[in-house]
Amino acid sequence: MNKPAIKNNSAISFLVGVIKANMMPVRAAVFFIILMTVYIIAKPDVFLDFRIYTAVFVSLPTIVFMAIPLVFIITSGEIDLSFPSIMGMGAWVFALSVAAGLSPVIGLIAALLTGVACGIANGLLVTKVGISALISTLGMNFLLRGIIHVGTQGYGISVVQVTGTPFSNVLVGRLGGLPIQVIWALLFAFIGWLLYSRHRFGVHIRCVGDNPDSSREMGIRVDQIKTLAFVCVGIGASLAGVFSTLILKTFYPTTGEGYLLLVLASIFIGGTPTGGGIGTILGGFIGAMDIAFIETGIIAIGFTGFWTQVFYGAIIILSLITHRGYRRFKY
Amino acid sequence: MALLELKNIKKLFGKVHALSGVNLEVKQPEVLALLGDNGAGKSTLAKIISGVYAPSSGEIYFDGKLMTKWDVSTARSKGIETVYQDRALTEQQSIASNIFMGRELSGSMAMGFINLKKQYEEADNLMKEIGLTSKAFNAKSQVLTLSGGELQGVAIARALYFKARILILDEPTTSLSLSESEKVYNFIDNVKKEGLSCILICHNIYQAYDAADRFVVLERGRDVLNVEKKDLSVQELIDSMRKIARSARIGDDSASI
Repeated sequence: MNKPAIKNNSAISFLVGVIKANMMPVRAAVFFIILMTVYIIAKPDVFLDFRIYTAVFVSLPTIVFMAIPLVFIITSGEIDLSFPSIMGMGAWVFALSVAAGLSPVIGLIAALLTGVACGIANGLLVTKVGISALISTLGMNFLLRGIIHVGTQGYGISVVQVTGTPFSNVLVGRLGGLPIQVIWALLFAFIGWLLYSRHRFGVHIRCVGDNPDSSREMGIRVDQIKTLAFVCVGIGASLAGVFSTLILKTFYPTTGEGYLLLVLASIFIGGTPTGGGIGTILGGFIGAMDIAFIETGIIAIGFTGFWTQVFYGAIIILSLITHRGYRRFKY
Repeated sequence: MALLELKNIKKLFGKVHALSGVNLEVKQPEVLALLGDNGAGKSTLAKIISGVYAPSSGEIYFDGKLMTKWDVSTARSKGIETVYQDRALTEQQSIASNIFMGRELSGSMAMGFINLKKQYEEADNLMKEIGLTSKAFNAKSQVLTLSGGELQGVAIARALYFKARILILDEPTTSLSLSESEKVYNFIDNVKKEGLSCILICHNIYQAYDAADRFVVLERGRDVLNVEKKDLSVQELIDSMRKIARSARIGDDSASI
C-alpha cells in the first residue's frame, strides 16, 4: 500500500491519528501483545484456556483501583507511597464494621471515608506543612501500617458472613464465569479517564504538575488540586482494600503489602513519565494488565516464583527505555 | 474616574518591604508605563493588581468600589489580564489548553466537563486573528515546540480572548527579536484604540515613551513620579529618572554612614 492510499482512506488515517495521539498506551499495549504471544507459544494449553484469564481477572481490579488515581498524583508532580497502607486501613475499617454487625454498605462507606481522610492528611502534609511527598507519604505508609498492627495485634478478621449476600455478589460475584469486579474496574478506569481527559480537574492536575507557578498565576488553586489528587488515591486504595477483603473473605493486617512497587510499575510501564504534567489513564490500565499477567504467566510457563522479580525488573527497565525522551505528543 | 485605583499598597516578604505605600490610578483608556530600577517593585505591584499576591495592607478600588476580596479569579473576572514576565505557560500542554488555562470552556453537560473541540476551534480562530499561524503547529500542538516570540503570542492571545479591560504586560519584549517586539507594540496600540487600558512594565525608556500616555516611576517600593507624556520629552523623563536614581544612591550612602 502506498502513502496516498492511506491518506485517501479516512478510516485508516483516522486510526493512524488515534495511534499517534496515544503513543504511550499503544506502546504498553504492544508490549502486552508481545507478552501474551510469548505465553501462548510457550504454553498454548494454559493460555488458550479461559481459566487462566479468570484467575488474573480476580486480582487485576485491585491493581487498577490504585493505579488509576496514582496516574493523577504522579501527573500532578507528586508521589504517594502510602496507598498500600491506606488499602489496609480501608480493609480494616470495612472488616471492623462488618464484624460489628453493621451493613456492609455502611462498611464500604466508612472505608471510603477513611481513604478520603488519609488522602486529606497526605495532601495537607505536602501542601500546607511543606514536606516532600516522597518522604511524608513514606512516613504515612509506616504510620498507618503500624496503627493497623497495633490495633489488630496481628489478628485477621473474618468477613465470611458477607459472602453470598447481594452486596458481595454485586461487587465480587461471577457473571457467566467472569469475575464481576472486572466490570467495576473498567467502570472505575472509565470514570478516571473522564475526569483526567475531559474534566477541568484533570486539566488542572496536568497544569499544576507541568508548572505550579504558571498555574497559580492563572488562578488555579494548586494546593487544593494536589490535595484532591491525594484524596483520589485514598478513595482508590480503600476501595481496593474492600474488594480484596471480600475476595479473600478475610481481612489480614498485611492487606496491601506487596502492592507498592507493582502498582507504581504498572503506571510507568503504561507510559506516564515521572516528571509530572502529562500521563495516561489508558496506559495505566494496560500497564496494570501487563503487571497482572507477568506473574501469572511466568509461573504458568513453569519458571519458579523466584524468577518473577527478575522479569519485573527487566520489563520495567525495558519499557522505560522505550518511553524515554518521549514527551511530545498530542491529545 | 479611574477604572482601577490602588491606595497606599504595602507588601512585605518576611522583613523585606517590596512595596512601602504605593498609590496608582489606571484610567480608561490609557497606556500606563511602570518604570523603575530592578527591585523597585514593578513586578510585585503587577502581581498585586493581577491577584497573585495579596497586599500586606492598602486598598484596591475597581470602578470606584472598594474590593474586599482580591485574588486571581476576582481580578480575571473583572477583566484584568496579565502577560507575565515568565509568560505563565505550561509547556507540555497544548496551545489551546494554555489559552484557556484556569477558565476552560464548559461542555454542554457542564459539571466541570470541558468542551475540548470548541476550545481547539476558538484557539485556532484566535491564532489566525492575531497572526500566530505556522505550518509547524496548530492549537493542539504542545507549547514546548514554539519559539520565544510564538510563546509570547500564546500568552497575549490568552489575554486577548477574554476581552481584557486592563491588560498588564510585564516586560513583554524581553528575549524577543526586533520584529517580534514591533508586533507587541503594534498590539499595544490596538489595545488602546479599542478603548482598553494597558499597564506596561518596561526597561527600555525609549520604547515605553513611544507606547505610553503616562509614566509612573517606582523607586524602592514607592511611587516617586507620576507624569503625563504631554508634559515632558523623553530626555526630560530620562533626566528625572536619573535624578531619582542618584538621590536614592545618596540615601544609601547616608544610611551606611
